[in-house]
Amino acid sequence: MVVTLKEVVNDPQGLVVTDALHALGYPQVQGVRVGKFISLELAEDDLESAEARVEEMCRRLLCNGVIEDYRAKLRLVPDA
Amino acid sequence: MTVRFGIAVFPGTWSDRDCAHAVELTGEVAVPLWHADRDLKGCDVVILPGGFAYGDYLRAGAIARFAPLMEAVREHARGGGLVLGICNGFQILCEAGLLPGALLRNSSLQFRCQPTWLRVESTQSPFLAACPPGQPLRVPISHGEGRFYAAPEALAQLNAEGRVALRYCDQNGEISDRANPNGSLQNIAGILNQQGNVLGLMPHPERACEALLGSDQGLQLFNSAIQHLAALPG
Repeated sequence: MVVTLKEVVNDPQGLVVTDALHALGYPQVQGVRVGKFISLELAEDDLESAEARVEEMCRRLLCNGVIEDYRAKLRLVPDA
Repeated sequence: MTVRFGIAVFPGTWSDRDCAHAVELTGEVAVPLWHADRDLKGCDVVILPGGFAYGDYLRAGAIARFAPLMEAVREHARGGGLVLGICNGFQILCEAGLLPGALLRNSSLQFRCQPTWLRVESTQSPFLAACPPGQPLRVPISHGEGRFYAAPEALAQLNAEGRVALRYCDQNGEISDRANPNGSLQNIAGILNQQGNVLGLMPHPERACEALLGSDQGLQLFNSAIQHLAALPG
Protein backbone atom coordinates (compact mmCIF):
# COMPACT_ATOMS: atom_id res chain seq x y z
CA MET A 1 0.00 0.00 0.00
CA VAL A 2 0.97 3.59 -0.58
CA VAL A 3 0.44 6.41 1.90
CA THR A 4 0.63 9.99 0.63
CA LEU A 5 -0.17 13.41 1.98
CA LYS A 6 -3.67 14.57 1.04
CA GLU A 7 -3.86 16.76 -2.06
CA VAL A 8 -4.77 19.79 0.07
CA VAL A 9 -1.68 19.34 2.27
CA ASN A 10 1.50 21.04 1.09
CA ASP A 11 4.24 18.49 0.30
CA PRO A 12 7.58 20.32 0.41
CA GLN A 13 9.50 17.15 -0.48
CA GLY A 14 7.46 16.81 -3.64
CA LEU A 15 8.13 20.47 -4.51
CA VAL A 16 11.89 20.04 -4.07
CA VAL A 17 11.90 16.88 -6.20
CA THR A 18 9.89 18.73 -8.88
CA ASP A 19 12.53 21.48 -8.93
CA ALA A 20 15.32 18.91 -9.13
CA LEU A 21 13.68 17.12 -12.07
CA HIS A 22 13.19 20.43 -13.87
CA ALA A 23 16.87 21.22 -13.29
CA LEU A 24 17.78 17.84 -14.81
CA GLY A 25 15.93 18.81 -17.98
CA TYR A 26 12.47 17.35 -17.52
CA PRO A 27 10.19 20.36 -17.98
CA GLN A 28 7.24 18.03 -18.59
CA VAL A 29 7.09 17.16 -14.88
CA GLN A 30 3.90 18.81 -13.64
CA GLY A 31 3.99 17.75 -10.03
CA VAL A 32 5.51 15.26 -7.62
CA ARG A 33 4.09 13.83 -4.41
CA VAL A 34 6.36 11.82 -2.14
CA GLY A 35 4.79 9.12 -0.02
CA LYS A 36 5.65 5.88 1.66
CA PHE A 37 5.26 2.28 0.62
CA ILE A 38 4.13 -0.32 3.15
CA SER A 39 4.14 -4.01 2.37
CA LEU A 40 1.83 -6.16 4.52
CA GLU A 41 1.53 -9.92 4.65
CA LEU A 42 -1.73 -11.17 6.15
CA ALA A 43 -2.92 -14.62 7.05
CA GLU A 44 -6.45 -14.33 5.61
CA ASP A 45 -8.43 -16.69 3.42
CA ASP A 46 -10.30 -14.23 1.26
CA LEU A 47 -9.69 -10.78 -0.16
CA GLU A 48 -12.84 -9.27 1.29
CA SER A 49 -11.95 -9.88 4.92
CA ALA A 50 -8.34 -8.88 4.18
CA GLU A 51 -9.57 -5.59 2.73
CA ALA A 52 -11.68 -4.88 5.78
CA ARG A 53 -8.75 -5.66 8.04
CA VAL A 54 -6.38 -3.38 6.10
CA GLU A 55 -8.93 -0.59 6.17
CA GLU A 56 -9.14 -0.92 9.94
CA MET A 57 -5.34 -1.00 10.37
CA CYS A 58 -5.01 2.13 8.27
CA ARG A 59 -7.59 3.95 10.32
CA ARG A 60 -6.01 2.97 13.63
CA LEU A 61 -2.30 3.18 12.89
CA LEU A 62 -0.87 3.09 9.38
CA CYS A 63 -2.41 6.31 8.07
CA ASN A 64 -3.23 9.59 9.81
CA GLY A 65 -6.54 10.60 8.29
CA VAL A 66 -5.98 14.27 9.18
CA ILE A 67 -3.14 14.59 6.69
CA GLU A 68 -2.82 11.35 4.72
CA ASP A 69 -4.63 9.17 2.17
CA TYR A 70 -3.80 5.58 1.32
CA ARG A 71 -4.27 3.22 -1.59
CA ALA A 72 -3.96 -0.49 -1.04
CA LYS A 73 -3.74 -3.29 -3.60
CA LEU A 74 -4.30 -6.80 -2.33
CA ARG A 75 -3.62 -10.15 -3.91
CA LEU A 76 -3.95 -13.73 -2.73
CA VAL A 77 -0.75 -15.72 -2.43
CA PRO A 78 -1.13 -19.49 -2.25
CA ASP A 79 0.44 -21.18 0.76
CA ALA A 80 3.98 -22.28 0.09
CA MET B 1 1.21 22.10 48.86
CA THR B 2 3.75 20.42 46.65
CA VAL B 3 2.94 20.06 42.97
CA ARG B 4 3.99 16.75 41.43
CA PHE B 5 5.00 16.95 37.78
CA GLY B 6 5.03 13.53 36.13
CA ILE B 7 7.46 13.36 33.24
CA ALA B 8 6.77 10.63 30.70
CA VAL B 9 9.70 8.64 29.41
CA PHE B 10 9.27 6.64 26.21
CA PRO B 11 12.11 4.82 24.46
CA GLY B 12 13.68 7.69 22.51
CA THR B 13 12.53 10.56 24.76
CA TRP B 14 15.34 13.08 25.09
CA SER B 15 14.06 16.11 27.03
CA ASP B 16 12.86 14.42 30.21
CA ARG B 17 15.84 15.49 32.32
CA ASP B 18 15.63 19.05 31.04
CA CYS B 19 11.96 19.09 32.02
CA ALA B 20 12.81 17.69 35.46
CA HIS B 21 15.45 20.42 35.86
CA ALA B 22 12.91 23.12 34.99
CA VAL B 23 10.45 21.65 37.53
CA GLU B 24 13.15 21.57 40.20
CA LEU B 25 13.91 25.25 39.55
CA THR B 26 10.32 26.04 40.51
CA GLY B 27 10.84 24.20 43.80
CA GLU B 28 8.31 21.48 42.97
CA VAL B 29 8.80 17.74 42.46
CA ALA B 30 9.56 15.92 39.20
CA VAL B 31 8.48 12.27 38.99
CA PRO B 32 9.60 10.07 36.08
CA LEU B 33 6.75 8.08 34.50
CA TRP B 34 7.68 5.00 32.48
CA HIS B 35 5.79 4.46 29.21
CA ALA B 36 5.01 0.81 30.03
CA ASP B 37 3.32 1.69 33.35
CA ARG B 38 -0.29 2.74 33.74
CA ASP B 39 0.37 4.58 36.99
CA LEU B 40 0.64 8.37 37.13
CA LYS B 41 1.97 8.10 40.70
CA GLY B 42 -0.32 10.77 42.06
CA CYS B 43 1.00 13.48 39.75
CA ASP B 44 -0.92 16.72 39.31
CA VAL B 45 0.60 17.60 35.95
CA VAL B 46 1.77 15.23 33.22
CA ILE B 47 4.48 16.38 30.84
CA LEU B 48 5.08 14.54 27.57
CA PRO B 49 8.59 15.76 26.74
CA GLY B 50 10.42 16.13 23.46
CA GLY B 51 12.43 13.51 21.66
CA PHE B 52 11.71 10.69 19.26
CA ALA B 53 9.42 8.29 21.09
CA TYR B 54 9.70 4.81 19.53
CA GLY B 55 12.09 6.29 16.98
CA ASP B 56 9.28 8.33 15.41
CA TYR B 57 8.71 5.20 13.31
CA LEU B 58 5.82 5.41 10.84
CA ARG B 59 4.95 8.96 12.03
CA ALA B 60 6.04 10.98 15.03
CA GLY B 61 3.82 9.92 17.92
CA ALA B 62 2.00 7.20 15.97
CA ILE B 63 3.31 4.32 18.09
CA ALA B 64 3.68 6.22 21.38
CA ARG B 65 -0.04 6.96 21.53
CA PHE B 66 -0.67 3.26 22.18
CA ALA B 67 1.72 3.05 25.15
CA PRO B 68 0.03 1.84 28.38
CA LEU B 69 0.94 5.15 30.04
CA MET B 70 -1.16 7.02 27.48
CA GLU B 71 -4.35 5.35 28.75
CA ALA B 72 -3.67 6.90 32.14
CA VAL B 73 -2.82 10.25 30.54
CA ARG B 74 -6.09 10.17 28.60
CA GLU B 75 -8.02 9.49 31.80
CA HIS B 76 -6.14 12.25 33.65
CA ALA B 77 -6.99 14.71 30.88
CA ARG B 78 -10.63 13.64 30.79
CA GLY B 79 -10.91 14.40 34.49
CA GLY B 80 -9.54 17.92 33.95
CA GLY B 81 -5.95 17.09 34.93
CA LEU B 82 -3.19 19.21 33.42
CA VAL B 83 -1.23 17.77 30.48
CA LEU B 84 1.63 19.55 28.74
CA GLY B 85 2.98 18.11 25.47
CA ILE B 86 6.25 19.62 24.32
CA CYS B 87 7.56 19.03 20.78
CA ASN B 88 7.35 15.22 20.37
CA GLY B 89 4.82 15.34 23.21
CA PHE B 90 2.64 17.67 21.11
CA GLN B 91 2.92 15.25 18.19
CA ILE B 92 1.86 12.39 20.47
CA LEU B 93 -1.16 14.36 21.77
CA CYS B 94 -2.31 15.02 18.19
CA GLU B 95 -1.85 11.38 17.18
CA ALA B 96 -3.75 10.33 20.31
CA GLY B 97 -6.64 12.61 19.38
CA LEU B 98 -6.29 14.63 22.59
CA LEU B 99 -5.56 17.66 20.41
CA PRO B 100 -6.76 18.31 16.84
CA GLY B 101 -4.55 18.61 13.77
CA ALA B 102 -1.16 17.15 12.95
CA LEU B 103 2.49 18.15 12.74
CA LEU B 104 4.19 17.80 9.34
CA ARG B 105 7.72 18.07 7.99
CA ASN B 106 8.99 21.65 8.24
CA SER B 107 8.37 23.47 4.96
CA SER B 108 12.13 24.10 4.74
CA LEU B 109 12.70 20.32 5.03
CA GLN B 110 15.41 21.25 7.55
CA PHE B 111 15.66 20.40 11.22
CA ARG B 112 15.39 23.79 12.93
CA CYS B 113 17.11 24.44 16.25
CA GLN B 114 16.89 28.15 16.99
CA PRO B 115 15.42 30.75 19.33
CA THR B 116 11.88 31.88 18.51
CA TRP B 117 9.47 34.47 19.88
CA LEU B 118 6.02 33.39 20.88
CA ARG B 119 2.92 35.53 21.20
CA VAL B 120 0.60 34.35 23.95
CA GLU B 121 -2.82 34.28 22.29
CA SER B 122 -4.86 32.87 25.13
CA THR B 123 -4.25 33.35 28.82
CA GLN B 124 -7.34 31.20 29.53
CA SER B 125 -5.19 28.11 29.93
CA PRO B 126 -3.77 27.14 33.33
CA PHE B 127 -0.37 26.96 31.60
CA LEU B 128 -0.48 30.55 30.34
CA ALA B 129 -2.61 32.43 32.84
CA ALA B 130 0.43 33.92 34.60
CA CYS B 131 2.08 35.22 31.42
CA PRO B 132 2.17 39.02 31.31
CA PRO B 133 -0.16 40.16 28.52
CA GLY B 134 1.47 41.55 25.37
CA GLN B 135 4.89 40.22 26.30
CA PRO B 136 6.30 37.79 23.69
CA LEU B 137 8.16 34.82 25.15
CA ARG B 138 11.64 33.88 23.96
CA VAL B 139 11.67 30.09 23.74
CA PRO B 140 13.72 27.90 21.38
CA ILE B 141 12.47 25.28 18.94
CA SER B 142 14.26 22.09 18.00
CA HIS B 143 12.38 19.96 15.49
CA GLY B 144 12.16 18.65 11.94
CA GLU B 145 8.39 18.06 11.98
CA GLY B 146 6.63 21.00 13.54
CA ARG B 147 4.49 22.40 10.74
CA PHE B 148 1.04 22.58 12.29
CA TYR B 149 -1.78 21.59 10.01
CA ALA B 150 -5.49 21.27 10.63
CA ALA B 151 -8.33 21.05 8.13
CA PRO B 152 -10.07 24.42 7.51
CA GLU B 153 -13.07 23.61 9.74
CA ALA B 154 -10.86 22.45 12.62
CA LEU B 155 -8.68 25.52 12.26
CA ALA B 156 -11.70 27.82 12.27
CA GLN B 157 -12.95 26.10 15.41
CA LEU B 158 -9.58 26.50 17.18
CA ASN B 159 -9.62 30.22 16.43
CA ALA B 160 -13.29 30.73 17.30
CA GLU B 161 -12.92 28.97 20.66
CA GLY B 162 -9.73 30.83 21.61
CA ARG B 163 -7.76 27.61 21.61
CA VAL B 164 -4.75 28.85 19.67
CA ALA B 165 -2.41 29.28 22.63
CA LEU B 166 0.79 30.53 21.01
CA ARG B 167 1.89 31.88 17.64
CA TYR B 168 5.40 32.45 16.30
CA CYS B 169 6.07 36.17 16.11
CA ASP B 170 8.98 38.60 15.98
CA GLN B 171 10.37 40.22 19.09
CA ASN B 172 7.75 42.96 18.90
CA GLY B 173 4.95 40.44 18.88
CA GLU B 174 4.19 40.88 15.16
CA ILE B 175 3.04 37.80 13.26
CA SER B 176 4.74 37.36 9.89
CA ASP B 177 5.93 34.67 7.48
CA ARG B 178 9.47 35.59 8.40
CA ALA B 179 8.82 34.78 12.04
CA ASN B 180 7.36 31.40 11.10
CA PRO B 181 10.16 28.83 11.41
CA ASN B 182 8.40 25.78 10.00
CA GLY B 183 5.47 26.79 7.79
CA SER B 184 2.79 26.20 10.43
CA LEU B 185 -0.68 27.35 9.39
CA GLN B 186 -1.31 30.85 10.79
CA ASN B 187 2.03 30.73 12.66
CA ILE B 188 0.52 28.34 15.20
CA ALA B 189 3.07 27.14 17.76
CA GLY B 190 0.74 25.72 20.40
CA ILE B 191 -2.92 24.80 20.88
CA LEU B 192 -5.32 23.85 23.68
CA ASN B 193 -8.04 21.23 24.02
CA GLN B 194 -11.62 22.36 24.55
CA GLN B 195 -11.35 22.48 28.36
CA GLY B 196 -7.97 24.25 28.25
CA ASN B 197 -6.26 21.69 30.52
CA VAL B 198 -4.23 20.11 27.70
CA LEU B 199 -1.60 22.25 25.98
CA GLY B 200 0.61 21.10 23.12
CA LEU B 201 3.41 23.24 21.76
CA MET B 202 6.43 22.68 19.54
CA PRO B 203 8.86 25.10 21.30
CA HIS B 204 10.77 23.93 24.38
CA PRO B 205 9.92 26.03 27.47
CA GLU B 206 12.20 23.78 29.58
CA ARG B 207 15.15 24.97 27.53
CA ALA B 208 14.41 28.58 28.43
CA CYS B 209 14.22 28.32 32.19
CA GLU B 210 17.28 30.22 33.43
CA ALA B 211 19.18 33.31 32.32
CA LEU B 212 22.24 31.19 31.57
CA LEU B 213 20.28 29.59 28.73
CA GLY B 214 19.48 32.97 27.18
CA SER B 215 15.93 33.19 28.53
CA ASP B 216 14.00 32.18 31.61
CA GLN B 217 10.61 32.98 30.12
CA GLY B 218 9.77 29.34 29.50
CA LEU B 219 9.49 28.91 33.24
CA GLN B 220 6.31 31.00 33.11
CA LEU B 221 4.42 27.97 31.79
CA PHE B 222 5.51 25.86 34.77
CA ASN B 223 4.84 28.64 37.29
CA SER B 224 1.48 29.32 35.71
CA ALA B 225 0.42 25.68 36.20
CA ILE B 226 1.64 25.77 39.82
CA GLN B 227 -0.31 28.97 40.57
CA HIS B 228 -3.40 27.49 38.95
CA LEU B 229 -3.20 24.37 41.12
CA ALA B 230 -2.50 26.36 44.26
CA ALA B 231 -5.65 28.42 43.69
CA LEU B 232 -7.90 25.36 43.36
CA PRO B 233 -10.19 24.77 46.34
CA GLY B 234 -9.27 21.87 48.57
